[in-house]
Amino acid sequence: MAEAHSPLAQFEISTIQPFHPFGIDASFTNASLIMVVVVGLITLFIVSGMRNATIVPGRFQGMVEFFYEFIANLLKENTGSAGKQFFPLIFSLFMFILGCNLIGLFGAITVTSHIIVTFALAFMIITIVTIVGFVKHGTHYFSYFAPAGAPMWLMPLMIPLEIISYLIRPISLSVRLFANMVAGHVMLGVLGTFVVGLGGLFFALGAIPLVAIPMIFALELLVALLQAYVFAILTCIYLNDAIHLAH
Amino acid sequence: MPQFDPAIFSPLLVWLVVTFVALYVLMSKFALPKVATIIDQRAERIEGNLAKAEQLKSDAAAVLAAYEKAIADAKAQAQAELAKAAAEIAAETARREADFGKRLAEQTKTAEGRIKSAQADAMVQVRAIASDLAAGIAAKLTGASVDQAAAGAAVDAAIKER
Repeated sequence: MAEAHSPLAQFEISTIQPFHPFGIDASFTNASLIMVVVVGLITLFIVSGMRNATIVPGRFQGMVEFFYEFIANLLKENTGSAGKQFFPLIFSLFMFILGCNLIGLFGAITVTSHIIVTFALAFMIITIVTIVGFVKHGTHYFSYFAPAGAPMWLMPLMIPLEIISYLIRPISLSVRLFANMVAGHVMLGVLGTFVVGLGGLFFALGAIPLVAIPMIFALELLVALLQAYVFAILTCIYLNDAIHLAH
Repeated sequence: MPQFDPAIFSPLLVWLVVTFVALYVLMSKFALPKVATIIDQRAERIEGNLAKAEQLKSDAAAVLAAYEKAIADAKAQAQAELAKAAAEIAAETARREADFGKRLAEQTKTAEGRIKSAQADAMVQVRAIASDLAAGIAAKLTGASVDQAAAGAAVDAAIKER
């Protein structure tokens, strides 16, 4: 993130260990390293928090339980008890996105600022939601595209609209996270170059972006949390649609 | 933007799948059950304690009800005993009164009989004394000896005259 030459340089992928099994490029990159670290940190956080777990939790255990209950309540409020089996998925998703968002603010590459990563996650969610819908309701799941109560003459308009809005979900879900992460990091990068640029021009001028950086950083912490939450809650809402066939 | 370079897509996707699947497995098989266990235990403990408290409360209510019933029973029994004792006392009093009345009547009757016989005795003695006196007085006045029988007849006549 300290690269002064371009605010976009922070998103560059650099290969650590080239690896091409079956002709597929599976090289271990800086992004791979961060993803492995994030998974390790999440696991370490929960396992060490629940070591010597007691009925009356301590601070660390309480923190772990806070995340657990937070996601459990989110899932319960949006899907009822039917969505219980998806709890590990939503929890993993939320913690993974949150971990990637946060670690990116502390110098590491932000994996979630890569559209292919956010799109893959969104595509996985929509695929799971669609499978759940067909498993629960069979071909009746198609009725999801014809909202009940809408007048018959509106159907030629409603059905294409519903199909488009369904297909656009993975795009909106992935672009939202991607754009938020990129914007924040670019802004921090630009402000960082301004400190050097303006400070070189006239020393006191460099103080203005320097003061702005902590404020933007605090805002970015909030955005990192909020975007992980938004991704998780939208996943729950889509799951609820598929489980209960409701809009 | 480096994000749109298709060359990086493949390694990113491969490692995303690897790490996310690893995270999912670690969470679902290992980490989350630990949290779930302790949360379930807590819920169980709280529920158990609540049930116990409920049980104790109903026990206390039962004890209180038994206590109140015992008090009420004792009160009723005491009242019954009291009433019985009062009835016994009343019966005893009535019996004694009746006894006393009977004895009093008997004693009054014997006393009256004794008085009557004493009166009759007194009358006989008074007559004897009066006839003796009359014979003595007549002898002293007249000097003649008066027949005892005649004096008695005279006294009788005098008593009759009165």
